[in-house]
Amino acid sequence: MSERDAYVPDEAEETVRVRFVVNGRKVACDASPRETLVDCLRTTLELTGTHAGCEMGACGACLVQLDGRAVHSCLMFAVQADGAAIDTIEGLSESGAISDLQAEFHRRNALQCGFCTPGMLVSAHELLSQTARPTRDEIRDALSGNYCRCTGYEAIVDAIEAVAKARASASCEDGGVA
Amino acid sequence: MSAPLTSLDRPNSYIGRSVPRPNAKRLLAGRGRYVSDLRLPRMLHAAFLRSPHPHAKIVSIDCEQARALEGVHFVATGEDLAKICTPWTGTLDHFKGMTSEPQLPLPLDRVAWAGQAVVAVVAESRAIAEDALELIVVDYKELPSVIDLDTARQSGAPLVNPGSASNVCFRSQLDSGGVDDAFATATHIVEGEFSFGRHTAVTLEPRAIVADYDHSAGMLTVHHATQTPYQFQDLYSRHYGIPEARVRVIATDIGGSFGMKLHVYHEDMAVVGLSILLGRPVKYVADRTESFVSDIHARDHRVRARMALNADGEILAMDVQDLTAIGAFSTYPRTSVVEGNQVIRLIGAPYGFKSYRAALEVIFQHKVQTSQYRAVGHPIACAVTERLVDMAAARLGLDPFAIRDKNVIADDAYPRTSPTGYRFEALSHQACLQRLHAMMDYDALRTEQAELRTRGIYRGIGIATFVEITNPSPAFYGVGGARISSQDGATVSLTPSGEVRCLISVTEQGQGTEAIISQIVADQLGVVQDQVKVITGDTEVTPHGGATWACRGAGIGGETALQAARALKRNILEIAALILQEQPSALDIIDGQVVDASTATPRLPIAEIARIAYFRSDTLPPGTQAQLTVSHHFAPQGYPFAFTNGIQGCSLEVDVETGFIKLLKHFVVEDCGRIINPMLVDEQLRGGVVQGLGAALFEECRYSDTGQLINGSLADYLVPMAMEMPDIMIAHVETPTKDTALGAKGCGEAGTAAASACVLNAVNDALAPFGASINSIPITPTTVLKALKRF
Repeated sequence: MSERDAYVPDEAEETVRVRFVVNGRKVACDASPRETLVDCLRTTLELTGTHAGCEMGACGACLVQLDGRAVHSCLMFAVQADGAAIDTIEGLSESGAISDLQAEFHRRNALQCGFCTPGMLVSAHELLSQTARPTRDEIRDALSGNYCRCTGYEAIVDAIEAVAKARASASCEDGGVA
Repeated sequence: MSAPLTSLDRPNSYIGRSVPRPNAKRLLAGRGRYVSDLRLPRMLHAAFLRSPHPHAKIVSIDCEQARALEGVHFVATGEDLAKICTPWTGTLDHFKGMTSEPQLPLPLDRVAWAGQAVVAVVAESRAIAEDALELIVVDYKELPSVIDLDTARQSGAPLVNPGSASNVCFRSQLDSGGVDDAFATATHIVEGEFSFGRHTAVTLEPRAIVADYDHSAGMLTVHHATQTPYQFQDLYSRHYGIPEARVRVIATDIGGSFGMKLHVYHEDMAVVGLSILLGRPVKYVADRTESFVSDIHARDHRVRARMALNADGEILAMDVQDLTAIGAFSTYPRTSVVEGNQVIRLIGAPYGFKSYRAALEVIFQHKVQTSQYRAVGHPIACAVTERLVDMAAARLGLDPFAIRDKNVIADDAYPRTSPTGYRFEALSHQACLQRLHAMMDYDALRTEQAELRTRGIYRGIGIATFVEITNPSPAFYGVGGARISSQDGATVSLTPSGEVRCLISVTEQGQGTEAIISQIVADQLGVVQDQVKVITGDTEVTPHGGATWACRGAGIGGETALQAARALKRNILEIAALILQEQPSALDIIDGQVVDASTATPRLPIAEIARIAYFRSDTLPPGTQAQLTVSHHFAPQGYPFAFTNGIQGCSLEVDVETGFIKLLKHFVVEDCGRIINPMLVDEQLRGGVVQGLGAALFEECRYSDTGQLINGSLADYLVPMAMEMPDIMIAHVETPTKDTALGAKGCGEAGTAAASACVLNAVNDALAPFGASINSIPITPTTVLKALKRF
């Protein structure tokens, strides 16, 4: 065991002041440089709706919106998110931004244990904000970074397809362009 | 013209209705309460140092630097926990002759697989605990290891358990007689060796536990992400010497389980001990790599099997040998031999032949333990049987549907005992075959396949029949001495406000237990479903029961709820009859109102009965004691298991240049008896199918020759993702069991049982023009190219 190795823990616990806008509110917290954004959200900010599944960006359980785009919060250090606007499942639920997706997931039982669900909803929200009427293959492609062990995915694809269709017809009725 | 009335047109008829799960809204809003989310006052965090060697003697452990690290509270080795925890042994009495070494939370002097936890650190945070792990020095002396099955079986191989004579954990044989004669007189014999990779559950939430021992109360509370809180209440009580009534296990939301989270894990037992030693809450959540090296694995079977047929294509006999390697110990308390036991008993189960012989050998090796995971044994039994049936069909020039139609037990031939000793009450193979044929539009698929082949496109069509074990009686574990209940309990109350609360021992893992229990209670009582609150998963609150595994939630838990609700209804109507001066039999309950049974005219809200009973009992006739809380227990009787059946089909395309397989469509016809919630049943089937498809094409725990798991991450171990999965069409045949009033059987494992067999048959069908044959899963592109002799 070298001197340097023995030294690491103390250095690792030194913290840095980090400021973000989380779910529309300004938040400041002290994060150690090695702390991932997902750990900071879940532990320091008590936003436990964001989950850690693989901690290497493969499963999608930790997806949040960062400055409007879906980002793996396990692949970022909290300090890297300094100054960013972050929306988690809690904020997206409260704002009503994904209420139609949530209702359709519920109606079709597009979730079982629910552990992947916040990340699935973030991916679905991102997809529909980029592509108004995705095909089933495009939906499956957009979910290719979201692992679900329970559902077999079909009900999730169905739910997203139904919401896309409903949003398009609502937007037609409003005189908008589908 | 209106459609004819069905039972679903009756008021409050919820049995058979697709209704969403009330508790799913919380999960959709990010309001799930998983154990990994839990934070208690003064809670500490555990991390484990793991063995880098598959087999080694622990010469010494130096924890001094770790103990000195700021924020570290405790560093525990095997000896610390052995002082307070009695060892456990993963054997059961009904598996005659099986052996396994006693186990402790942390080993005393020897490690038996790479990844085994050796030292525990408890610290202020998980990060500090992990820092401390790096400061621990363990001096190991490497010992010879056995990794693969063949080596482990050789005489003179290194012994996994140094005290024993061989690496055999368990042997079993079945012989109905007549096998040799059948093979001697058979017109056709088909045979093969089939191998099944080791895979694992990969729940999205890894294992998680928070143990909280309070010395002042002598009370242990464990928040445990498990399917089986009562089993763990018993185990923690007995192994740590705490009275059972002072052990509370709470199983809240859980991020997937599939059988994996009902076994005893060394880390979990250690965390309980650490909390006792420290008198503070201790939390442990496995990270993904830890999950891969310490969660139970499953399958890992090699089956040699042959089938004898007469000239007409009737199956005469099967002869089977199953070898399986289970790691260094048999898992506690359910053992690691159940899978092999079910493989040899389920092979051939759909078919009516008489002569069967099987030998099972369960072998120790230096890997992590295997044990029960969704559809225990079924996928192996199904794949072996169904592949042999397809090989026989090819030999005889019969269509896969035709040979099955010729051989399945006829729907009117029940009850029936299989050559392996299973008693079938009533199955529906013929009806399912017909439904699948129509649903697949089979003839059109074959026409299309033939046309595409002329253009060099190789599609395959595969089908697989299956039988699933559900609703297990004490024959499963109880007879072997395991304190694992086959009964369930429910307590149903009419609350003072006239709502209904049901506390029940079956647990929720997302399959919809709470939803179907509320459907059954509402249906039987005559109230709207959202008036019924269902509470599960807390040993301090819910009655003792088996909980949810082996497809027993709907069939056994559902019947328990049904009987409890009927008893409460009788009690409510007794009080109503007193108040209304009627006979109870002249009254009924609809939509929460006591009504005249004959005219459905409302007489009195049940809320009013509750008000009177709870607050104005003085207005009831003297001697009346209203019983508005009813507890009921139900244990299955009659058949030892409620078997279900079904058939699956799939269509896929094989790229013969790259070996890649594209799943096009999957089909399931399933008979789980009375269906309580069709949507939830379909979703169980879809999820189960996809787990089977993962096993068929992707999933395998790969080990190096030196016993290291080499793909222990979600980037390296492939799981089925949305892009690769097909849409799945589902249809049902309903044959209710007559053993219960409800008539429900299980459906949670049916999807997994036959999906991989279907794919195996379809890939072989696609490769038929090349004369290539594959008898192993997962079927990777490399497997395909090797079979085509292109790699």
